[in-house]
Amino acid sequence: MTTMVDARGLSCPQPVIMALDEMKKEDNRELVVLVDTDTSKENVSRAATSQGWQVSEVSEEGGGYRITVRKG
Amino acid sequence: MRGKNIFATRWGIIGVGAAIGILAAFLQKLGNPANMGICVACFERDIAGALGLHRAEVVQYLRPEIVGFVLGSFVAAYLAREFRPRVGSAPIVRFVLGAFAMIGALVFLGCPWRAALRLAGGDGNALVGLAGLTFGIWIGTLFLKKGYNLGRSQATHTAVGWVMPLIMLGFLALLLISPQPEGQAKSEFLFYSLKGPGAAHAPLAISLAIGLGIGILAQRSRFCTMGAIRDGLLFGHVHLLSGFISLILFAFLTNLLLGQFHPGFTGQPIAHDQHVWNFAGMTLAGLAFALAGGCPGRQLFLAGEGDGDAAVFVLGMIVGAGFAHNFGLASSPNGIGPHGMAAVAVGLTVCLLIGLTMRNKNA
Repeated sequence: MTTMVDARGLSCPQPVIMALDEMKKEDNRELVVLVDTDTSKENVSRAATSQGWQVSEVSEEGGGYRITVRKG
Repeated sequence: MRGKNIFATRWGIIGVGAAIGILAAFLQKLGNPANMGICVACFERDIAGALGLHRAEVVQYLRPEIVGFVLGSFVAAYLAREFRPRVGSAPIVRFVLGAFAMIGALVFLGCPWRAALRLAGGDGNALVGLAGLTFGIWIGTLFLKKGYNLGRSQATHTAVGWVMPLIMLGFLALLLISPQPEGQAKSEFLFYSLKGPGAAHAPLAISLAIGLGIGILAQRSRFCTMGAIRDGLLFGHVHLLSGFISLILFAFLTNLLLGQFHPGFTGQPIAHDQHVWNFAGMTLAGLAFALAGGCPGRQLFLAGEGDGDAAVFVLGMIVGAGFAHNFGLASSPNGIGPHGMAAVAVGLTVCLLIGLTMRNKNA
């Protein structure tokens, strides 16, 4: 099951905190994180990689980004 | 998806930190105050003085570096298609945080940027300031872990994102059309200093060019001195920290080469050695920056890329500088101001209340 994290409009470091909280849950295998700045896109991607997750897709959506990360 | 941003890599942020450190040290050589090549808080305080928001005669100069930071970030954001006008995440709270961040920084006599540069110049008191900064940011991380946030910003009109860059362009225009008359402390529109740190400055064109360059680099790399410490404490992430350490190291090496390294605790330029208040002032500043999500430099770069809330924080800092010097809150090389202690106590109380009461509204 894919878990959705909507971090649009939130300032640093909230998007990373929200994404990491979901990554730490045992059941989660795939997350979709919505962000609205390039900084948040980079920070979430970097945080995912540091947790051993893989960034499988980043697409532009509604003036922001939709980041899909999977447990590695 | 656009190409990879090399400035946001590990080596990218280290390179940007190195560039800032070297350029800051050279700005001192070219005329900026000692151990203050680039101090965001001090320079915004000087801008407040230039505009007459306070009348501390030794700190009045419309610093072109600050103008350059915002405009450089603005240009870089447009070129990279990252200009995103947004606003609405508790701007009044950000204004208050900006004001108290400035007051705390002026009790220490420097923001995180200057703390780094003071250390790189041999000022041991900077270690106390950096410890206080870290403690303040650590308190901020406790609130972040408990769900603190100021709510979501919203996309807005492009023109909203242009307001802060246009204000900076206006400042630059004032500086160009109203330069300092020889030996006088006031031009038609602006106040200037005849002595003290406000009278120490590199040539305008060089200050502006270096400010623009750093604005571009910092926008691309997301350089943030508060974020460096926060991410280390909160996540164990050292990405931004590597840039901050690089700044200190390269400023130190450049100072050694230029004969600007003078180790010690006493008699350091534009500094005092009241350790408790150096620590407490920076605790207040660190907490305020952490609650606002960025160091004073980062707030300028965010304002340049369209973030109206960061712009309000910047205005809060400039107004805070007015309060700090008008009411005896700011320190001087002789020690803390007559009301510095009270200001730190009030500031910490306000910031703690903000951290405690603003949670999970939109998370």
